[in-house]
Amino acid sequence: MKKIPNSKFQNPKIGKEEVKHIAKLARLGLSEREIEKYQKELSKILDYIEKLKEVDVSDVKATFHPLKIKNVVREDAQSKKDLDEIKKLIELMPERKGGYLKVKKIL
Amino acid sequence: MKLENFTIERVKEGLIKKEFSAQELTRAYLEKIEKEDKKIGAFLTVCEDLAIKQAKEIDDTILSGKKLPILAGVPCAIKDNILVDGIKCTAGSKILENYIAPYDATVVKKLKEAGAIILGKTNLDEFAMGSSTENSAFFPTKNPLDLERVPGGSSGGSAAAVAANFCVFSLGTDTGGSIRQPASFCGIVGLKPTYGSVSRYGLIAFASSLDQIGPMTKNVEDCKLVFEVIKGKDEMDSTSVELNLEIKKLRINELRIGVPKEYFVKGMDPEVEKIIKEAIKKYEEMGAKILEISLPHTEYALPCYYIIAPSEASANLARYDGIKYGYTANSEQRAASNLLNVYFESRGEGFGKEVRRRIMLGTFSLSIGYYDAYYLRAAKVRSLIIRDFERAFEKVDLIFTPTSPTLPFKLGEKIDDPLKMYLSDIFTVSVNLAGLPAISIPVPPEHVLEGLPVGLQIIGKPFEEEKIFEVAKIYELSTNNK
Repeated sequence: MKKIPNSKFQNPKIGKEEVKHIAKLARLGLSEREIEKYQKELSKILDYIEKLKEVDVSDVKATFHPLKIKNVVREDAQSKKDLDEIKKLIELMPERKGGYLKVKKIL
Repeated sequence: MKLENFTIERVKEGLIKKEFSAQELTRAYLEKIEKEDKKIGAFLTVCEDLAIKQAKEIDDTILSGKKLPILAGVPCAIKDNILVDGIKCTAGSKILENYIAPYDATVVKKLKEAGAIILGKTNLDEFAMGSSTENSAFFPTKNPLDLERVPGGSSGGSAAAVAANFCVFSLGTDTGGSIRQPASFCGIVGLKPTYGSVSRYGLIAFASSLDQIGPMTKNVEDCKLVFEVIKGKDEMDSTSVELNLEIKKLRINELRIGVPKEYFVKGMDPEVEKIIKEAIKKYEEMGAKILEISLPHTEYALPCYYIIAPSEASANLARYDGIKYGYTANSEQRAASNLLNVYFESRGEGFGKEVRRRIMLGTFSLSIGYYDAYYLRAAKVRSLIIRDFERAFEKVDLIFTPTSPTLPFKLGEKIDDPLKMYLSDIFTVSVNLAGLPAISIPVPPEHVLEGLPVGLQIIGKPFEEEKIFEVAKIYELSTNNK
């Protein structure tokens, strides 16, 4: 992604256009005011996080998970669902038609 | 009925001696909550019908003369990001305001089987993101010891419920200190178990490589009892493990306690430092060997955490789309807008400030062009933090630190400055990054400043919860006997 320069703030870590882009990626609808607020706040937090650049990590392997665990697989078989549970899940859907989840047209 | 000193042991004794029935006890707690929780705000939902039904079953068991399960009739509270079948589960968020849990979390299933009575669901920072419970979308919880102060967070409702005697114990969750810090602020015991020792099935995910469910109790023995009920491998959580490490009987004069010098630096409340040092000295007087150790990457733990946790959160919270369940932009808006706008509107309106902030931060750290510099770098620093602990544990059995650098702060004091709030977790996040077990125990009242408690954090090696309990009990005993 191209870095977008910003002149409004002193050395901001993140520009306004960038905040808008991130909000879009995150599927968050934000108002103009919120965009400005998040720009300030995120810049401040990112400034703090910058501290990690002091650490020499050149020969270090990344840890994504604290335990040395193995992947667990189950047989690829159809599992029988409790009808009650299915009913509960359907009831949680905001918009439904019959026993189906209603979604927006995508084509 | 006086509920002030009720522990699991006390409930058992009362039921067996027929001082009270399970239903009487449950009603006494429900009445207390009804009367006193207005000023504290520990509960989001009280599930009276479920509690009475469970209590009746226990009374029937007693009547039939059958053996009582380990937590029979013990009233408890569950943090509202853990599912209890048929009961509302909000995670403190507007996006799940009307969500009814369709099944029991494994820990809840286990508690029910052990006979515990579920009184209700406790308040939390939205999606467990926060250190004061002020980020709840509904209302803040107040510290029962001083109503002007926060109970800590994110498990502030669970901590306050125990401290206010609204229940005998509660469950909290801990991603960066969310059990230990509120336990410290409310003067109770709280355990963050080793990553993997308790199933996360039915826990609303925040950061999956850090989250653990754990007990919050009045004393160490109760903490141990509840932990033993909820731990263990679960086929519904592939990261859970079965481990029964035999811990050999401890002798205090063989115990080596490490005190990391990086945890006693400026910025810490000098009173907290003094009180913790006195507690450590007490162990020394009892014969333990105190060694100064170094965890050189301590200062990087917090920035590391504030990349990793939001990154995982941004992925976990992608599921709230306004389509499958949860809050959705109102139907008028829906009819007029396309799918993308349904996402924007539902998520923009449904999530609170701090949750959106963290989703933004996480999305940024994982995005093209920044992944290497932020997320990947943090994952590497995480390895160094783990290595620090491994090296330290070659020399010592346990590590002692303060749980929080400060006393409970006032409501509103830090809520407008996210970075300041994040600093509350400075002594607790390393433990989550390394997946270690750690407890917070209260330093007893005679030391307590302005009536506010201080928590001592005891960190152990992976899966050595038993040792933590043993050593924590030594302290508890030495102070109770005074």
